[in-house]
Amino acid sequence: MTKWYRENAPITAEQLADELMRLKRGSVTRRHFLGVTGLGLATAVLARQPGLFSSTAFAQDLGTQMSIATWPNYHDPATFEAFQAATGVAVEVNVFGSNEEMLAKLQAGGTGWDLFVPTNYTISTYVKLGLIDELDLSKLPNYDAATETARFTNEGVVDGKTYAVPKNWGTTGIALNSTKIKTPIASWKDFFEVAMTEADGRAMVHDYQLTTIGNALVSLGYSFNSTKPDELAKAEELLIKVKPHLYAINSDYQPSMRATDAWMTMCWTNDGAQLNRDMPEIQFVLGKDGGEIWSDFYAIPKSAANKAAGYALLNYLMKPENAVKEHIANGAPTTDSRVLKLLPADVTGNKIVYPDEASLTPLEFGAAVTLTDPGRAELMARFKSA
Amino acid sequence: MPVATNTKRNLVTAALVAPAAAWLMIFLVLPFIAMLVFAFGERAPEGGYQAAFTFAQFARLPTRAAAFWNTMVLAPVGALVCLLVAYPVAYYLAVKANPRYRLILVSLVVVPFWTSLLVRTYAWMYILGSRGIPNLLSMIGLEDVRLLNTPGAVLLGIVYGYLPLMIMPIYVSLEKLDRRLLEASADLGAKPVSTFFGVTLPLSLPGVMTGVALVTILLLGEYLIPQLLGGGKVFFIGNALVDLFLQSRNWPFGSAIAVTLVAVVVVILMVAMRIAFRVAGTRQVDLV
Repeated sequence: MTKWYRENAPITAEQLADELMRLKRGSVTRRHFLGVTGLGLATAVLARQPGLFSSTAFAQDLGTQMSIATWPNYHDPATFEAFQAATGVAVEVNVFGSNEEMLAKLQAGGTGWDLFVPTNYTISTYVKLGLIDELDLSKLPNYDAATETARFTNEGVVDGKTYAVPKNWGTTGIALNSTKIKTPIASWKDFFEVAMTEADGRAMVHDYQLTTIGNALVSLGYSFNSTKPDELAKAEELLIKVKPHLYAINSDYQPSMRATDAWMTMCWTNDGAQLNRDMPEIQFVLGKDGGEIWSDFYAIPKSAANKAAGYALLNYLMKPENAVKEHIANGAPTTDSRVLKLLPADVTGNKIVYPDEASLTPLEFGAAVTLTDPGRAELMARFKSA
Repeated sequence: MPVATNTKRNLVTAALVAPAAAWLMIFLVLPFIAMLVFAFGERAPEGGYQAAFTFAQFARLPTRAAAFWNTMVLAPVGALVCLLVAYPVAYYLAVKANPRYRLILVSLVVVPFWTSLLVRTYAWMYILGSRGIPNLLSMIGLEDVRLLNTPGAVLLGIVYGYLPLMIMPIYVSLEKLDRRLLEASADLGAKPVSTFFGVTLPLSLPGVMTGVALVTILLLGEYLIPQLLGGGKVFFIGNALVDLFLQSRNWPFGSAIAVTLVAVVVVILMVAMRIAFRVAGTRQVDLV
């Protein structure tokens, strides 16, 4: 599902004018436009105004448009506006609910993405399939491998070459509305039980094989990453039993949780932090029986049309000052010690964002095999169409 | 010079048909052939297509029985509910409405098309969600009513989205109706009700059949409404296809399902035509 990153926000006259400009830029070159409208002179004057036409220095190299593929609620819209003001490049944001969907789009070709956000376990496959480029680190002076936490960043390096640099790390836990659900929930076993009882018709699972199948496996006492046919069969049995009781199968669960249409959901750290910040009654818990710990990366598709802009945005996002703003807005923990130092205490002290090490112990990183395993892919598809 | 005239006529015909033929060849026939080839292939280890010749994909069709069933039930039911809602509206527009305002009223039917169906369906998500109708119901004591992500919500979305497509053909067939036939019927002593069932309804059947066929066929490929108003739980064939191509990356199985769907649509069309001809007697039925 692709959507403009602020399609839910009311559009202001200013933005409308912006859009109009972009439309014009897309269909004709600016030089042509200025020439035929006689606005060239006016532009020369306006160019002194910062933010209006300040793209003159970059425009030739970066173009006026780029596209990023990322996850729901994972960026501060202000970041992209600031990037556009600084470089003149408008960023189109495509939101995805699973790594499989991103892989499918890249395999089919013609995505138009110049930058995207894959999760740790997918990178080796992207490299193997030749879908991403080795990063030219000289174009990313703001990235510093020395300040990164190796545990979260090692999967970006394949055969000694850096293909992806880390964005954030996080976990997949359970978000629940405590005014609606009174049963204590501490594990994925509890999650699936309550989904069929107290939260009947009000629980959500991701539209994402890794977490939906993985957490079902965990609730049965198996590994999050299992591809054993007999264990997957048990997980399928559980999921199909739960399905009639679910509210929805969707990875963009924030709107439903905020509207209290849904009372409980599988939830990533950043969404958990955002929901809890705005609605304190929504709690975020990690399964004591297991679950996922992840790190997300930035990578540049081999097919990217505007790699220069992709690198420019990536370098912009790697700057600690910008990463801090993103962090405060999206609530996903950082892998970069430079960013950690700049964060306010209420963020670093937030147990949803930076949980105790002990609660992370039972969690597993996703394994590469789950991305391509036909058994898991077909199980998810069968579960959804059941 | 009859020969030359014939050649000329043939050339003109060819010139007129060529653009449409080329269009259909490139965008319908060739993709369909590709789909057929894929349907007999295998899923590549990392997803996608791998050349092979196997019927394995077709053998797995039963695993999507629920999606086929949802589609086969909700598409015709949706079309029939559409028909029940659309007929009185079309009848009013064509027969009862003041001719002076008729054009405006007919235009109003089409006005919703000025906004994208996506946006209008999103609006329904808010109306049916907890902050919408359930919120109003809670004021009269009905707590925690859930409307969104149910088959009923999908049916509502379908009827809402496709209603204008049903109204228009029925309106057109009713508007062509010769009023003198109604007068004759009345003169011969028929009550309004029997005039309606004996004259008006049979004469409007071509429009009804066109509307039902149009809406049913479009609904068989529906993806958006079940996705948004069904929460990914009320699954149509269209949703199963999107899933196979965009999540599990099983192009051959997706192609097999798509081929099957095309076959089903062709069979339905043929049966519908047969019925239409029978109902309408020997008269020409302009179906679709």
